[in-house]
Amino acid sequence: MAALNQITSSSRSRFLKPLASFSSSQSLRRSFSSPADDTSVITVETSVPFTGHKIDPPSRTVETTPKELLGFFRDMAVMRRMEIAADSLYKAKLIRGFCHLYDGQEAVSVGMEAAITKKDCIITAYRDHCIFLGRGGTLLESFSELMGRQSGCSKGKGGSMHFYKKDSGFYGGHGIVGAQVPLGCGLAFAQKYSKDNTVTFAMYGDGAANQGQLFEALNMAALLDLPAILVCENNHYGMGTAEWRAAKSPAYYKRGDYVPGLKVDGMDAFAVKQACKFAKEYALQNGPIILEMDTYRYHGHSMSDPGSTYRTRDEISGVRQERDPIERIKKLILSHELATEKELKDAEKEVRKEVDDAIAQAKESPMPDPSELFTNVYLKGFGVEAFGADRKHLKAVLP
Amino acid sequence: MATCLKRLRRFASIGRKGQEYSTTCDEPPKLQKSGKTVNLFTAINQALRIALETDPRAYVFGEDVSFGGVFRCTTGLVEQFGRNRVFNTPLCEQGIVGFGIGLAAMGNRAIAEIQFADYIYPAFDQLVNEAAKFRYRSGNQFNCGGLTIRSPYGAVGHGGHYHSQSPEAFFCHVPGLKVVIPRSPNQAKGLLLASIRDPNPVIFFEPKWLYRLAVEEVPEHDYMLPLSQAEVICHGNDITLVGWGAQLSIMEQACIDAEKDGISCELIDLKTLIPWDKETVEASVRKTGRLLVSHEAPVTGGFGAEISASIAERCFLRLEAPVARVCGLDTPFPLVFEPFFMPTKNKILDAIKATVNY
Repeated sequence: MAALNQITSSSRSRFLKPLASFSSSQSLRRSFSSPADDTSVITVETSVPFTGHKIDPPSRTVETTPKELLGFFRDMAVMRRMEIAADSLYKAKLIRGFCHLYDGQEAVSVGMEAAITKKDCIITAYRDHCIFLGRGGTLLESFSELMGRQSGCSKGKGGSMHFYKKDSGFYGGHGIVGAQVPLGCGLAFAQKYSKDNTVTFAMYGDGAANQGQLFEALNMAALLDLPAILVCENNHYGMGTAEWRAAKSPAYYKRGDYVPGLKVDGMDAFAVKQACKFAKEYALQNGPIILEMDTYRYHGHSMSDPGSTYRTRDEISGVRQERDPIERIKKLILSHELATEKELKDAEKEVRKEVDDAIAQAKESPMPDPSELFTNVYLKGFGVEAFGADRKHLKAVLP
Repeated sequence: MATCLKRLRRFASIGRKGQEYSTTCDEPPKLQKSGKTVNLFTAINQALRIALETDPRAYVFGEDVSFGGVFRCTTGLVEQFGRNRVFNTPLCEQGIVGFGIGLAAMGNRAIAEIQFADYIYPAFDQLVNEAAKFRYRSGNQFNCGGLTIRSPYGAVGHGGHYHSQSPEAFFCHVPGLKVVIPRSPNQAKGLLLASIRDPNPVIFFEPKWLYRLAVEEVPEHDYMLPLSQAEVICHGNDITLVGWGAQLSIMEQACIDAEKDGISCELIDLKTLIPWDKETVEASVRKTGRLLVSHEAPVTGGFGAEISASIAERCFLRLEAPVARVCGLDTPFPLVFEPFFMPTKNKILDAIKATVNY
């Protein structure tokens, strides 16, 4: 029990710290009526029981603390606000290129973080803004990277699809669908060697679940008993193609065949937390396991996709009403009287302000220097000659 | 010369709707002048429609093609031809190409789409090891000539690392494949139909920047343009410029500017990259004595290197200056630095002047 609190408090504080530096740090935590209580235990039931494939699923009952509940609410509110702000920035052409938004799926990131440490690795595809925040990234780094500025997490050279954070084990941010899964299994391989009881969560979508390289990597991970947890974030649409049209078997948790799997309600942060905790314990003992997170994205695939040509608006608003992750946490908070409606609304307003401040600060940051075009192609010192247009005078040696 | 320039100027006005212009100085007689003014994706759509109409064993498939595709090249096809002939595949490039090779091996015309050329690499093994070598290793018993891969390639202004690549050079290194790149809607329709009907596997790269921007009169009937035949778009005497795809319009601008400095440029559209038309380029270089190649892909190992080496071999004593290559830089395709990376008009103009004044 104490260990759980330790994990939650350390991950909570690391998350809140960078964000708190933008607004007055203490006032936020005092805004709720009951203090951020770390010790009293609240028992919560997940929305639906887990379904297992070749494994006994964990129990539906999850223990949590008021601090964790309030923390979940705040973290998800920040993520939601960030994504919506990114939408406006994209439309204002401050963010260019491609922008894949995560709103609706926040519970997966937040629940996962609650169950693991920063020494565990997470690797994902291009819908990575919120996972970056969950790993300890700041709003400033996030918005700067989106706008291609120097203060971004990848120094402005990656953009929306390529967020990384080395010190907290976030291996990014990958553009090619499915390519991150073999990479993730490789990370798990290294972790097995290092014997430090850490695992890797390799995340992918329902579209990527049909990629051959995934099964190759899974086979190798199973052969070598690697601590790899493959997390399929099933938002039911691979861009514009519904899952039943892309996969003969859309039961992605069963697709591992000889590898056990668990189906989880990805809109319930506590279900995600329980599943990830369970999966981590399993993977450290036995090798790979697949988690299918049943989740939903409100936006289209990317900013160029309206998201309504292949699904009805009723479906989207239906999910928003019935299964929204933030609403679920709100109901829990209110039913356990940890905060009043007004306090939650005020907290949301503060989050909005924080996000706006971060955007303003990010806008001040300059674009990368043109010499950065050539840096880090190779490691410094192994330069390559490049000729300019006239072949004689304009020579550059790539650093 | 003056008429040639007039036509050049009209071609350079890409994007202005409703304007009549031709892309060649000497028009082949079979192309009718009449036709609707359409953009590139509509021309491709027309070509696909004709291909499906004329051959009952032709199939169009790829990721998200049913609703029209991300660039609308396949709109309306599933409504007209049915789900059995126009269908979506799951997200598996290797699967798509392998599947297409199998279909083609049974005598069908498989027109597969790879959604962006940046995603073609999982299918690289299938293309290089299976498609290219099938006829050869089976002693002509089997072949996958009915396979055509269509893929949007090239920079689009904000594509970043994975929506802007030009991978044509990788495939030009593989005997057994053909690589075709059109420069405009008129050309695209004819070349695509020729590629589909060519009895060899063809990779057809479409310049995505031009999908909406390039507007031209395209005849509505069925017509094909010959593969492996380069076209001299404009005649000149001082320097030969070779390019393909969207880069040609940039080179055109540079030619017009060079004309003001009294340099007369001959511009050649290579159209088919392998097997490429060495004779036309050689004849032109024998006339001018100078060559400049330009493409978006990085310079080292790009297809410009092959053209450069071949021409140096054939025309060594005639060349007045080293062959100039104005290409992308040797870095991954950057995000915010795209304007620095690209071979822009001024870089080409500088190189033209440096080569002429060598």
